[in-house]
Amino acid sequence: MTTATVAAPRRLDLRDPTFWSNNAALFGLIAVIIVFAILSPSFLTGGNISNMLVSATILVVLSIGQQFAIVVAGIDLSIGSNLPWAAALLGFGVTHGWNLPLSIILAIVGGTAVGVINGLIVTKLRINDFIVTLGMFGVMNGLGLLLTDANSVPVNSGFLQGLALNGLGPIQYFWLVALAVAVVAFVVLFKTKFGTHLLATGGNRDAARSMGIKVDRVRIAAYSISGLLVGIAAVLLVAHTGTADPSLQTSQLLSSIAAVVLGGSSLFGGRASIVGTVAGALLLSVLITGFTLLNISQYYQPIAVGLVVLMSAVLSRFQR
Amino acid sequence: MTPLLAVDAIDKNFGAVRALSGASLTLARGEITALVGDNGAGKSTLVRCITGVQRPDGGSIRFDGEEVHFHAPEEARALGIETVYQDLALVEDLTVWQNLFLNREITRGIGPVRLLDKRAMISSAEQTLSRLAVNVPSVRSTVRRMSGGQRQSIAISRAISWGSTLVIMDEPTAALGVRETRAVEDLIRRLRDEGITVLLISHDFDQVMRLSDQVWVLRQGTVAGGRRTKDTTGEAIVAMITGVDAEKPT
Repeated sequence: MTTATVAAPRRLDLRDPTFWSNNAALFGLIAVIIVFAILSPSFLTGGNISNMLVSATILVVLSIGQQFAIVVAGIDLSIGSNLPWAAALLGFGVTHGWNLPLSIILAIVGGTAVGVINGLIVTKLRINDFIVTLGMFGVMNGLGLLLTDANSVPVNSGFLQGLALNGLGPIQYFWLVALAVAVVAFVVLFKTKFGTHLLATGGNRDAARSMGIKVDRVRIAAYSISGLLVGIAAVLLVAHTGTADPSLQTSQLLSSIAAVVLGGSSLFGGRASIVGTVAGALLLSVLITGFTLLNISQYYQPIAVGLVVLMSAVLSRFQR
Repeated sequence: MTPLLAVDAIDKNFGAVRALSGASLTLARGEITALVGDNGAGKSTLVRCITGVQRPDGGSIRFDGEEVHFHAPEEARALGIETVYQDLALVEDLTVWQNLFLNREITRGIGPVRLLDKRAMISSAEQTLSRLAVNVPSVRSTVRRMSGGQRQSIAISRAISWGSTLVIMDEPTAALGVRETRAVEDLIRRLRDEGITVLLISHDFDQVMRLSDQVWVLRQGTVAGGRRTKDTTGEAIVAMITGVDAEKPT
């Protein structure tokens, strides 16, 4: 009897284009680091690496949130205004005499609420993900501006400053937050029943439904997680800048999508890679920092980011 | 012995369209029963009524001697009625073992913190497939890498791996080549050998003659007749389907 007991050995075939495209973000990151290290002697100094990682943290958290929307074959465009909205809530809490923990909770709950609403509209009213989150992008932008009268408020908090500047010895708290988010996301996606259902719902919604998976609930949960991570990113953003700024974060939105695509996930859902997404987010952050360090006009930054995304899209044609 | 499934005078209307009117048939335990009929004869509607996807407007369904009223496919599944859909309901980007355990994942852990028990699922998937002599390169491969016949076999294996007693298959070999069709037919015979009752919907009369023990013919929403396969011919069945030289139902 021929059996299924023979496990396929995991071969490392360097001539296989799939190998390169599945790990495009990681190799891109290494390549970019090498190029910048050669061009700028100060690039690989401890201080600069530390700064790069800290400024990449917010994008890493946002991109993992975006990953959850994309894995169920959705997309979360509302991130661009949910991020300042949640930041504005934190500022609102602090300026209205709430204590800091309560204000942080307010920001995270506010961010999550936007995700829940996205998910409910997408599933219950059966409206396309792109349209729903584009609509919410506008609505939350307006609400954020109304809440703050379009003013950014300084948030002076020793705790938030410490969060942004200090760490456990040489390890910054920001990195720990990013690492914790990435590890939890990895475990949820690949080690739990819910994660399998996320992948199944994104990969083949009809099949998932046929097998009795409650696909609507899974999709609502995915958007809620995206919103929750936006809330956490907002707290980091306020800590990093010291202000709650209600203006749009469109470049963070586009970068979060680019990071997920760079990381090898399919925009059609069903395929995810937390390592890839984190590498994608780091790659985009390193590109921007490197350009600044080399005194290249900042107008070239979006061109480089765009080209990297296009190249990864070409590579992804070789996937599997 | 009471039949495993007895459908008695089922009606189903969609507005003014009578999809089923007084359709009756029985499935004997441990047999392969074929359901044939022209497009629009009501095969799919009948299957949907049996599996709880749709509710009949009249008549009764008895499963294992008990009258059943399914409101959802999950209720039919809970009693051991599994369906292999024509689209197979496999997720291409998941592995074979993930598909076999989809929504029935084995987990371990304490309280609400539960992680997938991959090792248990992989070894159980390997056992199931090797017991049924289903040949796949590895249960760790994604379904995307599988051929049409392998996918069909995986979907069938999944249907029977949960102690199901009745497996309904809708055109299981419609998209397959000769060799793969034979492999899937062998698999269906092995299900019968394991004591599983099979309801086979097929357009392929040669296949019906090769595989089935009993044939039921649906025509215009009603059962035009039933025959023991060994006592009939493909021509006679075609005649019953088209209504030419129609014989009296047995």
